[in-house]
Amino acid sequence: MIQVNRRNSFSRIITLCAAFLLAFSSSLFAQIDAATGDADAGKALFKTQCAACHKLYKKATGPALYDVVQRYDEDYEWLGKWIRNSQALVKAGDARAVKVYEENGGQVMNPFPALTDADISNILAYTNTEKPEPIDPCIANPESCKGGGGGGGDGVSNEIILSILGLVLLLLVAVLFIVNNTLKKFAEAQGIEVEEKEGRKPIWKAFVENQFLVLVSVIFLLLGSAYFAYGWMSQVGVDQGYAPVQPIHYSHRIHAGDNEIDCKYCHSSARVSKHSGIPSLNVCMNCHKSISEVADATQAEGKSEYGVNYNDEIKKLYDAVGWDEATQSYTGETKPVEWVRIHNLPDFAYFNHSQHVSVAGVECQKCHGPVEEMEIMEQHSPLTMGWCINCHRDTNVKVEGNAYYEKIHEQLSKKYGVDKLTAAQMGGLECGKCHY
Amino acid sequence: MSSNKKYWKSVDELNGSPLVETLRQNEFVEEIPTDEFLGDKETLETSQTTRRDFLKYVGFTTAAASLAACEGPVKKSIPYVVQPEQIVPGVADYYASTIADGFDFASVLVKTREGRPIKIENNKLAKAGYGANARVHASVLSMYDQNRAQGPTASGEAVSWSDIDTGVMAQLNSGKQVVLLTQTFASPSTDKLIAEFVEKYPNVSHVAYDAVGEQFALDAFEVKYGVRALADYDFSKAEVIVSVGADFLGDWNGGGYDAGYAKGRIPTEGKMSRHFQFEANMSLSGANADVRVPVTPSQQKAILSALAGGSMSGVPEHAKKAVSAAISELRAAGSKGIVVTGLQDVPSQTKALEVNANSEVIDVAAPRMTRSGDIRKVNQLIKDMNAGSVGMLVMAGVNPSYTLPNAAAFNTGLAKVAVSVACSMRADETASVATHIAPVPHYLEAWGDVQIKQGEVSITQPTIRPLFDTRQFQDSLLKWMESDQSYYDYMKSTMTNAGISFNKAVHDGVVMTDAFAKAVSTNTDTSITEDAGASTTFQGGGFELTLYTKTSMGDGNQANNPWLQEMPDPITRATWDNYITMSEADAKDKGLWLDRSTFFTEARHDANGGLNGTLAKITVNGVSLIAPVMVQPGQAKGSIGLAVGYGRTTSIQEEMQTGVNAYPLMLNGSMTQGGVSIDKVDGMHEFAVIQLHNTLMGRGDIVKETRLEIFNTKDKSFWNAVPTVSKDHQEYEVTSPEVDLWDEFDRSIGHHFNLGIDLNACTGCGACVIACHAENNVPVVGKSEVRRSRDMHWLRIDRYYSSNNTFAGDDQQKDDMDGLWGENGSLGGFGEMEDPAANPQVAFQPVMCQHCNHAPCETVCPVAATSHGRQGQNHMAYNRCVGTRYCANNCPYKVRRFNWFLYNGNDEFDYYMNNDLGRMVINPDVTVRSRGVMEKCSMCMQMTQKTILDAKRDGREIKDGEFATACSNACTSGALTFGDVNDKSSEVYHQSQDDRMYHLLESVGTKPNVFYQTKVRNTKEA
Repeated sequence: MIQVNRRNSFSRIITLCAAFLLAFSSSLFAQIDAATGDADAGKALFKTQCAACHKLYKKATGPALYDVVQRYDEDYEWLGKWIRNSQALVKAGDARAVKVYEENGGQVMNPFPALTDADISNILAYTNTEKPEPIDPCIANPESCKGGGGGGGDGVSNEIILSILGLVLLLLVAVLFIVNNTLKKFAEAQGIEVEEKEGRKPIWKAFVENQFLVLVSVIFLLLGSAYFAYGWMSQVGVDQGYAPVQPIHYSHRIHAGDNEIDCKYCHSSARVSKHSGIPSLNVCMNCHKSISEVADATQAEGKSEYGVNYNDEIKKLYDAVGWDEATQSYTGETKPVEWVRIHNLPDFAYFNHSQHVSVAGVECQKCHGPVEEMEIMEQHSPLTMGWCINCHRDTNVKVEGNAYYEKIHEQLSKKYGVDKLTAAQMGGLECGKCHY
Repeated sequence: MSSNKKYWKSVDELNGSPLVETLRQNEFVEEIPTDEFLGDKETLETSQTTRRDFLKYVGFTTAAASLAACEGPVKKSIPYVVQPEQIVPGVADYYASTIADGFDFASVLVKTREGRPIKIENNKLAKAGYGANARVHASVLSMYDQNRAQGPTASGEAVSWSDIDTGVMAQLNSGKQVVLLTQTFASPSTDKLIAEFVEKYPNVSHVAYDAVGEQFALDAFEVKYGVRALADYDFSKAEVIVSVGADFLGDWNGGGYDAGYAKGRIPTEGKMSRHFQFEANMSLSGANADVRVPVTPSQQKAILSALAGGSMSGVPEHAKKAVSAAISELRAAGSKGIVVTGLQDVPSQTKALEVNANSEVIDVAAPRMTRSGDIRKVNQLIKDMNAGSVGMLVMAGVNPSYTLPNAAAFNTGLAKVAVSVACSMRADETASVATHIAPVPHYLEAWGDVQIKQGEVSITQPTIRPLFDTRQFQDSLLKWMESDQSYYDYMKSTMTNAGISFNKAVHDGVVMTDAFAKAVSTNTDTSITEDAGASTTFQGGGFELTLYTKTSMGDGNQANNPWLQEMPDPITRATWDNYITMSEADAKDKGLWLDRSTFFTEARHDANGGLNGTLAKITVNGVSLIAPVMVQPGQAKGSIGLAVGYGRTTSIQEEMQTGVNAYPLMLNGSMTQGGVSIDKVDGMHEFAVIQLHNTLMGRGDIVKETRLEIFNTKDKSFWNAVPTVSKDHQEYEVTSPEVDLWDEFDRSIGHHFNLGIDLNACTGCGACVIACHAENNVPVVGKSEVRRSRDMHWLRIDRYYSSNNTFAGDDQQKDDMDGLWGENGSLGGFGEMEDPAANPQVAFQPVMCQHCNHAPCETVCPVAATSHGRQGQNHMAYNRCVGTRYCANNCPYKVRRFNWFLYNGNDEFDYYMNNDLGRMVINPDVTVRSRGVMEKCSMCMQMTQKTILDAKRDGREIKDGEFATACSNACTSGALTFGDVNDKSSEVYHQSQDDRMYHLLESVGTKPNVFYQTKVRNTKEA
């Protein structure tokens, strides 16, 4: 008896609550409205939830979303249903839903049941944003389009100062000359004998006569030229700073720097192989499938700073990999990209990336320099044997947690009387370790 | 006055002959062919280029060239568009596969780099298919052969596959007789497919043909056990092995028995197998035997009868003792004795099977399927073809126009066949006369399954996309059956239907199954046993010829492979040739012997000359050919030998067209022929032999050996004493630090690599030589360079003959020498010891860089290009070497090789390194050396470094067995063991502590990191 009573009261409470919630939520339902939405909040949501498949003004995996509210006659209820679970609509046979579904090649849109009405309003508000006029860097900042730019102003003032200085010096010379002449005239007029200098032996004659000096200077000359000849010959075949023009202008600055993509995301074989590997184009397409254009600011920067149209470079990638933007599909026609190899070790030297990257934990930048700042990739290090050896002499072997090193490190460090072994002490200077 | 004197050079001049005047005016007696090097006059005159212009051009181009040389070349890197998941550039992948080219059958692992197969390894999961020989190791290069057929052709014109299919289908449906003439595939799926094909087209029949067949062994086995196959043998179980003319360490029965044999040859617990060999040619088996008796094939027959319980009457006098010993020891061994024979007649083969009936060594229940050909059916086919009754002939994996003794009859018959399709890898002798060539892929580009031994199926899988426009024979059959299935699907369903997990089988490369056992059927063809014509008759005197296959060339299928051409024969050490082997006595008899007194004229032996040989014409039953004569110690008197597989000319690069074709002498498919006549022919032949000193001259400490009895009873110091040296009138062992010139390095820390070589297990097969070639990019230098002793092999297998009947006899003779002259004088004595005995003992000794801890080469290098590593390896930095060759001169083992020329990308050495296709086989981890640098074995540094790096990356210790070299990986007989001696649990450490261990030339004090195990022979006191 008591139990029954309880159940009754409990169910009553639930019903009450449900009624309350329903009333509240239905009142919310009516609130999906782009006009009330906050476009800025919507932009943030759009970036996190929608941007993987949708763009505002352009078809991506899904259709372009600009103007979507108007296109569907401000039918917010339908839009809400579609966004929260499009497949339910399609399965229910909703004509518009089926049409959209089919127009986009049967791609299933992820359901977003967690989005609140307010969220959807915000997003829809954002989709109503007009397409901004392309930012012409020259309009936005006319200064930057002039050759020379701001720095030119300083240059002009420098020139003025310098020319004034020069003028002053010239005047000084002239004044001295005049003074000298005047003095001479005075001397003549007053009959004072001006002592003429006695003709001294020319310095070269004195030099030739001093055989010791000749000998010493010849030796110095020879040593000096040998030094410079050696220096010059040492750089034959050393291509430090080599930064060839690549078939596609690829900016490490944008990828590794601005976007902080890990080096080994693209150069994945550096972890396991001797080669770091140039990423195959399918790796590029992991991201560039949805990134067909760079941000406007980046584009402007590319044009002004580097004279590059990044969007055109992305088109080159699409062309090479055979990606048809219009249909969002691969055509199957590929044109492998012929990159110009920058780091060329001679064939008789064996270098293994994985040894350095995975085992030793060396940062890529240690050898390749600040790649994340390089707009155009260049050879940072000389890649000479001396450079290798210096590092092997200075660098300690990373032995922590590596069972391979346990025994040998313990024994060797005891033998050499050190706490930490360098790569050289481990045998990293032996010829055969790199030359076979 | 003095000026009045006139000097004259001839009477004519004195007399003022006009001829002298003309000659004086004409500086060049012969007209100088200016046109030849200047071009014809007309062009010269019409040319606008003046001399000044020319000089300008020269100046400009020189300047431009030197300017251009200052800039480094621009290198392109082209990544994949879509990278295959399993390929990581720089990391090797291994795939299990199987070779089955009709002659060689083996389960292998294929090492690929960036999708290119570059090396063949043994598949350790396989049992019967385990043990790739030298040819299998070299087969990877045969794929990158630019002389392969590159697309379908008809009468020499390129056609499309559909053209071929239309032609074939028309014939198939015409109802005329169609014959498939194929190699032995030993493939369950292919057998099934051919059966279905024959079922669909009743006018089709199938004939299997092996170039070098085991006709008589197959016949005998078929009659006795009802399956056309070969008995299998496990020599590791044998205590007494008696071989009558069977080179079972060579290619007898398809080969592959050395691993089992070697197991029984290593003395364990005082026991090892005992091996009698009765043979005509000196073979690998004979060289390894404890008792070897040279007997002609006809005498072998009598010996086999005696072994089978017959009378001893026919046995020649010199063999009687050995035969009776063999009989009694066989009896004592009971089921652990085995008799094998290579005699070329059915009754003898049957006798051997009967003798072995109770032996544990033989396995007749699960026979080998690697041969199945029947020469009678082939001969019937040739008859039918000549009668004009064959409408179409489809050939796959065979080259009958080259390998048939009656090739001429075959060719005339082939001309009468309307459509002949050659499914072959190249436009070879047969394919070039066939109407159509339907090129097939190399096994590394194809699918397949192979039942090498009944109960074990090996899988062939492609490791690279087909290089050329080729189609597998099986795919062609399916196409002609109007099936849409590919052979891959067909094979997969065959396997799956047999209850085999296909993916696992492909992964492992081998699967055990009884699903494809051959049905036993009684052969009612009485012609087999009655066919006396097929067996050799030795009536009528004359020489007896034994044809054989060389370790390097086999049946000649891979004749265009420069690795194999340059591989030295294990016995004669000759490269790039085949020849008549003959005993010294017979050669003297026939005037074919070059005496040492002609050393500087005919029998040149010097470093620039190499060995010469006379030419002889041999005639067998009316067929004759001319070949050079190589005097072979151990050749039975009255017999000669000649290798098949040479003398190929069609679709073979000119450099590789070596030797003479001996197949025309293989009458009735028999490898032995009687009644051979030999006549001397004028002319000399130049051999390229890489070893000219044939004996040890009594230096028994180079190849140490002892008898089993002494090994079991005496102390190590008796049979394997460390040499001593005197210091302050005290004897010290040379290994003692007391007498060491060098300071000892500390090698106790880290890895210390040693290579152990067991001379008891080494059969001399040479698989390691080719494996080393493939792994280390060793160049091929060609015949004339080999003749100048400029061969580049990093690993050689020295072969020594004894000068007396045994090596112990040599040592004794040297010890007995006394003074310079006289009966025991050393002058005459050493002279005698240069010549091997008529039936010598043979020893094999693989020699590579010994990686001396106290290396003489390192101390003499003026630029420190060769130096020592802590891990025991002697490093060689090629880029540092300036080519003084001091190191090679100071090396006591003569293992250093000098690059006299640039061997890659050089038209003078037009081998695989000179074309883009051939270069695909190059191992990217090893430097390709240039001209003027020294090179040598690195102990496969790239492999040990790889093992270490993998362990570092995984953060683990290295287990024994992980370290390997190319040679130790290739060795299936266990003769080569590589590892870390600082790992006290390792196999190589145990071997280094063995009593049999010694170092080569230990007395020099080089302390090598390669050590040898004293050879123990199971001989009784003579």
